Amino acid sequence: MAILVGKDTKVIIQGITGRNGSFHAKLSKEYGTKVVAGITPGKAGQNVDGIPVFDSCEDVVREFGKIDATCIFVPAKFAPDSIIEAADSGIKLIVVITEGIPTIDFIKAKEYAKSKGSIIIGPNCPGVITPEACRIGIMPGYIFKRGSVGVVSRSGTLTYEAVWQMTRLGIGQSTCVGIGGDPVVGTTFVEVLDMFEKDPETKMVVLIGEIGGTAEQEAAEFIKKMTKPVVAFVAGRTAPAGKRMGHAGAIIMGSSGRWDDKVKALSDAGATIAESPSEIGIKVKELADRRQISL
Amino acid sequence: MNIHEYQAKNLLRQYGIPVPEGAVTKSAAKAKKIALKLGGDIFAVKAQIHAGGRGKAGGIQIARTPDEVQSKAAEMLKKKLVTYQTGPEGKKVRKILIEKGEKIKKEYYLGVVIDRSKEKISVIASTEGGVDIEEVAKKSPEKIFVEYLDPLWGIPDYKARKISKFLGIDATDIIKNLVRMFIEKDCSLCEINPLALTEDGKILALDAKINFDDNALFRHKDIQKLYDPYEDDPRDVKARKVGISYVGLDGDIGCLVNGAGLAMATMDEILLAGGKPANFLDVGGGASLEQVRSAFSILMSDKRVKVVFVNIFGGIMRCDTVANALVQVAKELKKKIPIVVRLEGTNYDLGMKIIQESGMDNISTASSIREGAELAVMKSKDFSIKPKRGRKRKEERI
Repeated sequence: MAILVGKDTKVIIQGITGRNGSFHAKLSKEYGTKVVAGITPGKAGQNVDGIPVFDSCEDVVREFGKIDATCIFVPAKFAPDSIIEAADSGIKLIVVITEGIPTIDFIKAKEYAKSKGSIIIGPNCPGVITPEACRIGIMPGYIFKRGSVGVVSRSGTLTYEAVWQMTRLGIGQSTCVGIGGDPVVGTTFVEVLDMFEKDPETKMVVLIGEIGGTAEQEAAEFIKKMTKPVVAFVAGRTAPAGKRMGHAGAIIMGSSGRWDDKVKALSDAGATIAESPSEIGIKVKELADRRQISL
Repeated sequence: MNIHEYQAKNLLRQYGIPVPEGAVTKSAAKAKKIALKLGGDIFAVKAQIHAGGRGKAGGIQIARTPDEVQSKAAEMLKKKLVTYQTGPEGKKVRKILIEKGEKIKKEYYLGVVIDRSKEKISVIASTEGGVDIEEVAKKSPEKIFVEYLDPLWGIPDYKARKISKFLGIDATDIIKNLVRMFIEKDCSLCEINPLALTEDGKILALDAKINFDDNALFRHKDIQKLYDPYEDDPRDVKARKVGISYVGLDGDIGCLVNGAGLAMATMDEILLAGGKPANFLDVGGGASLEQVRSAFSILMSDKRVKVVFVNIFGGIMRCDTVANALVQVAKELKKKIPIVVRLEGTNYDLGMKIIQESGMDNISTASSIREGAELAVMKSKDFSIKPKRGRKRKEERI
């Protein structure tokens, strides 16, 4: 099953009766994802497009047994609570779409989830998708195609851009993971790269980074040890220092988080750099041809 | 969110961290009164702007008498400070902090920040203060001490004692209080630079810089009140009001994009095509008629913008919806500015068709980010807006 999620993954949606929650629950179900239930406290007994709504994760587990993954659409103020609730119910994969969670709250929630053996993807992310098998989050399903390129990214629409370029070149993806645009994220580049390195279905990896922090530099250290080739693009070459570029984590502070340091680290580690966002797909194709990897 | 030095010092005072005696004012006459009240024969006159590098730009001065305080304050309030962070246009000084001068024996550094990769709060201390801490870290790392903290527990006493011992002064309470403030107020950075030991044995925060986590502002009404719109680019302030994610830059190609990463990548592609972006703008996931209209109103209020490049990846949102919104907003515009549109994703063909058939000859289409960027750059070069004679071009103020 590629990484993280596959066709048998049992999924619930926390915050399913909200605008985004209900819309994307429906789309995920249509995509073929096993969406077994949704949660909104106080709304048990309702249903969203045929998906039953429960008051709590505990109630869902009592009804359906073990749940593999949850997708959180709950507002930022309450999202850390939802993470703790999911972890307490034994859900091992917690995908957080919510944007705007205070950093300190998230660090505490992550620490807690970790102690229960759960991993978090996000927050402030588009989710995870294993094409033609399982969609958790908000990604547009039709742009993906089953294949063998793993994609890991800090940005949503830029991921779609890269994926669409590949799909149109006939190159499919194993799993695409949006790790999120916040300063502290649940699962890092390095952790996802490690999963791709170990995944037999993945033959190549596309990494999409951006300015701010040092996640790309840490990824570069890991890439040095990888056997699978990596194509990388880093957004924010033109971003000024000290300004937050949309994402809470996309900010150059002092001399930390600059574009050129990231690109240099990735390039030195052996990753193939796409200079322009228009050439991510083509770089993947060229690299695969050069290394004689059939994608 | 950033705040001024005087606001930061007020917060420090609330948390029991000693700062020099002083007060803030907008007038030179009042500055003199403050000095008279403070007494003594040495005063610091400090321009209150958010940008760093004030000292080198003449924004921090020493005065010996209340009259000198007045004349120095008057001078500062008249001019714009140009530092490495303000850009060449500089920043107008609107407030001055007057403080009682102190005789300094030694200066230290004390900072608290979130360490993104360690996912902890880190306390950074140095025996070199009043200078750029990054420089110290590079040149003499042995003069820097870092302690990592779990946000759940804050700072245990022994760690505060350890840092204090490293500095060689009794700053245990200051360190503990600073960390307490950092957590209680959801800061993303607190920096006391320098933390000074005076000749008479006091420890004082001579300068302070505090940033807050924007995501946590909802639970800090007191901090929200400290926001000073005059410190931000007026275009950014306008965008903030309508809830659009925007950062003003100094180029002439306006950008309207959905998604933060794609918005940055679009700016980068403009640079690669030989142009300069006027802004970062993430119109958000939906890109509804209202959002597109607000985004255009911000772009068009920027006199530098000669061309607008619209780059939309329709994921869940359909490109034909965006195209209809775009055509309608373009028709409402008073100025017929060239618009380059690149749509991709759901129903992009329908979207392109709507634009091509709109009969708007100032809108052109492109099939990739690169093609769109190249077209926008070309149009920015052959379309020049000449300022009318006799009328000064002014930056729009809010």
